[in-house]
Amino acid sequence: MNSRLMVFHYVLLLLSSSLVVAETESQAGKMNGVGNKPATTRGKSASVTQETYQAPSLMYQTEQTSNPLSSSNSFNRLLKISRRHQPPTEDGIHDPDNDGTKILQAPLEAYENLPKTPSDLGNGIDWIRAVEGHFISPRWDIDDPTEQPLIMDMNIIRVPRGSIPNELFPHRQHTMWLDCSNCHPAIFIPKKGANQISMAANLLGQKCGVCHGKVSFPFSECKRCHSQPKEAVVQKGGLR
Amino acid sequence: MQPLLLRNIKQVSMRRVAIVCISGLISFLFFAMPATAEYGDVVINNYAEKQGMRPVIFSHWFHRIRYACKVCHADLGFKFKAGGNDITMFKIIDGQYCGACHNGKIAWSVKNCNLCHSAKPGTPTQVHESTAQELAIPYDRGAR
Repeated sequence: MNSRLMVFHYVLLLLSSSLVVAETESQAGKMNGVGNKPATTRGKSASVTQETYQAPSLMYQTEQTSNPLSSSNSFNRLLKISRRHQPPTEDGIHDPDNDGTKILQAPLEAYENLPKTPSDLGNGIDWIRAVEGHFISPRWDIDDPTEQPLIMDMNIIRVPRGSIPNELFPHRQHTMWLDCSNCHPAIFIPKKGANQISMAANLLGQKCGVCHGKVSFPFSECKRCHSQPKEAVVQKGGLR
Repeated sequence: MQPLLLRNIKQVSMRRVAIVCISGLISFLFFAMPATAEYGDVVINNYAEKQGMRPVIFSHWFHRIRYACKVCHADLGFKFKAGGNDITMFKIIDGQYCGACHNGKIAWSVKNCNLCHSAKPGTPTQVHESTAQELAIPYDRGAR
């Protein structure tokens, strides 16, 4: 009985507190138009970027304000706070009492002119387009700014089980950032059919998960890898 | 009859109050200061806090704007694992790891301690917002 009660109370509290969070979120969104928090608490430059930056993650809030019906049924579905890309002093892991924290650049300041991904997952930046469009030019050598990467343009298509669309691994985008030795042979044996890759391994930080899901785009962006139709299988009559 | 019942009610209500207080405290802690740091921010707390310094925060987003992954992960020998590199200030001053750039020539020198040692005290080693962090792994199996 007691354990049931405790569970009930805890769930109730979680729900109520998350609702409160969602409520304050939407209020903050309304107050500020686009911004996440009242602009008075941040630095001048940060508030400027806050106004100009329109990330898709904020769609949730603008959706609510534009549709009066949905605002009556606001619920924090992800049970987490949707404030993202916060400046170091407010990001929850930097110590705001540390003098150095105030000097560090805010992410939105750096992201202002960079191309965004539609999903806004991860950093919300389309890093490949950022390089290709010369929005950024990350150095390939520690000292020499003229040194260029050796791009290898070779696609690998893998056929996963069931109805999951085939995945296309493009070497080109990876060699824009990485050296061959970063992946071969420690993570991936450079031989066709020699690598057992599963989403379970990926999610636990092995194989693709060594970078994806930590720094490069997260696994929630399924279609960026599973981008190829299942044609071969459909032709055999296995799938529709 | 009456006093006994009252006592029972009191006991039950006291327990309830205690439960509500505790669960309230837990949910407060859970929601009070959510970390909203950037995807890929790495907290390194192998030695820092034991030596009385704040843990280090390495921001991937800041560095990848300026350098390709290869520079640190191939040339400088950083392993793809938060806390998996045995980085000490001695090595940094010797020009290894962070010290390859943070030497006052390419980037700020080691004298600016609190620009890197900037995490809240008690923050464990982690990759912020990583899949492993978001998976619902039971606490007894090492979830953070």
